[in-house]
Amino acid sequence: MNEEVVIKVSHLYKKFGHFTANDDLNFEVFKGEIFGFLGANGAGKTTAMRILCGLSTPTSGEVNVAGLDVGTCADAVKAKIGYMSQKFSLYEDLTIWENMRLYAGIYGVNKNEFRMRGEELLRELNMCDERNRLISTLSLGWKQKLAFMVAMIHKPQIVFLDEPTSGVDPITRRQFWELIYEAAANGVTIFVTTHYMDEAEYCDRVSIMVDGRIEALDTPSQLKIDHNVSSMNDLFLKLIR
Amino acid sequence: MKRLKAFIKKEFMHIFRDSRTMLILFAMPIAQILIFGYVVVSDINDAKIGILDKSKDVVTREIIYKLVASGYFQISDYLIHENDIQALFRRGDISMVVVFESGFGTSFNKEGEANVQLIADASDANTARLLCNYAEGIIYQYSLEQNKLMGYANHLNTEVRMFYNEELEGVYMSIPGIMAMILILISAMMTSISITREKEFGSMEVLLLSPLRPMQIIVGKVVPYVVLSFVNTITILLISVFVFKVPIQGSVLLLLFVSLLYIILSLSLGIFISTIAKNQMVAMFISLFALMLPTILLSGFIFPIENMPFLLQALSLIMPPRWFVIIVKKIMLQGVGLMYVWKEMLILIGFIVLFLVLSVKKFKVRLL
Repeated sequence: MNEEVVIKVSHLYKKFGHFTANDDLNFEVFKGEIFGFLGANGAGKTTAMRILCGLSTPTSGEVNVAGLDVGTCADAVKAKIGYMSQKFSLYEDLTIWENMRLYAGIYGVNKNEFRMRGEELLRELNMCDERNRLISTLSLGWKQKLAFMVAMIHKPQIVFLDEPTSGVDPITRRQFWELIYEAAANGVTIFVTTHYMDEAEYCDRVSIMVDGRIEALDTPSQLKIDHNVSSMNDLFLKLIR
Repeated sequence: MKRLKAFIKKEFMHIFRDSRTMLILFAMPIAQILIFGYVVVSDINDAKIGILDKSKDVVTREIIYKLVASGYFQISDYLIHENDIQALFRRGDISMVVVFESGFGTSFNKEGEANVQLIADASDANTARLLCNYAEGIIYQYSLEQNKLMGYANHLNTEVRMFYNEELEGVYMSIPGIMAMILILISAMMTSISITREKEFGSMEVLLLSPLRPMQIIVGKVVPYVVLSFVNTITILLISVFVFKVPIQGSVLLLLFVSLLYIILSLSLGIFISTIAKNQMVAMFISLFALMLPTILLSGFIFPIENMPFLLQALSLIMPPRWFVIIVKKIMLQGVGLMYVWKEMLILIGFIVLFLVLSVKKFKVRLL
């Protein structure tokens, strides 16, 4: 694995009044790594992710994403990352190709570059003939796979995935992860949150957040050894308790 | 700019692909103005009138004959004295009384001038206006014909009085009022819905995470509706000029500029609503109840503001449509220029600034 650091977080605090959502977070993510960001609902994952993406500012601490300080150059950071949320994938009343063109436009990809990139992504999904289908006619699994591709339309260094596979069937989830592996193999860093523990096993490294703090951070196999458990599921339950 | 362009393009696609949106945007305004217009401007046939002929000569008889022959009027009563006029109106079925002064014909033939008075029941302001217009036209036509026959200039002076509503408020008011209502409703409702839709579907988050700045997102949301509302404005004006014959006395350019100002005001209101509303339902609810009812009731569009209780009069001061209606009325009907409407225009600009400042404040809070 390449040891180039693309995300560096040190002493990140985020407070809402008296409530501390992120309590002294410290971690690094490397280029081309699949980094699993785990935690129960309300553990502070979303807050941390919003800060990393430049959508929210930390109360204190330093956050460096894609070589830039998020606090001072949030806009530059936004151009270098991709983002996909569980809630929304693509505009239903636009076709596949139109959605791709929209995001290419928003991210400032020029026309010729987009045409090549768009074809490339469609080919990867085997969807070249379906580019004029409306998103509303696709199944959730296809939508999510497509949304992941669209999130990479501008060749970002890092892609943030917020529970990308929730509600997706196991086969499609497997296919989705194949796409993730392929992207990572091409040097894209994947920062993913999930509630599926089998998916946690697929990650290069995982961190587990509990009450705003990172309680564990290592490769899945090392974590299991350290905590003397047989699966990620057991580890998760053990830490959360 | 390129980013913004891509975003605006997408907004237009949303609008053009949704048949319901298209209906609301284009069919509804036309339907509304036609319905309102025709309800207010009803046509007249065989309106019952009274005649008070103090002269009873050839000329008055000819004029009366012409009035009846036109098909608009039907004489139901001949009066003897002015005091009977009120009583006749109170009876309710008479809509106009024509009064010829004594010695009408003699005066007309000798001095070339005579006076006829048209008294209309303006509790139905529109009908009253129409009746008087028709009668005036017929009498004027008669005097022209006589001029030709006799070879010199005769003058028939028609004096029009509107009983019960002397100033005839609310007649031509209907067109500016409908315009005010349609524009604020469509602009504010459509923008607030389209912004809250992004919030509801979670796409707002994706957009905020993109290099688009929040301001660009808002501008991108608003631009299509500025364009489409402006198209609507022109449609409404065309319909009012060609279908309802409402004159545009003043500068068309100024009128369009004021409309644009009002559209932007409505849109900024829409943006503000979207910062309060959590979802499309709420946005629509606020738009309809916070905009439509006050526009109809408090802007002076249907009910004259002077007749309102003090509290409602005060409330109408903070209704943006009220000011727009005043400006449009002044430009369209009185034909005045910028000098006479700049104060109201400043008020509109004030509203825009207010709503934008409030929205920006709200928007920021939500982001943190």
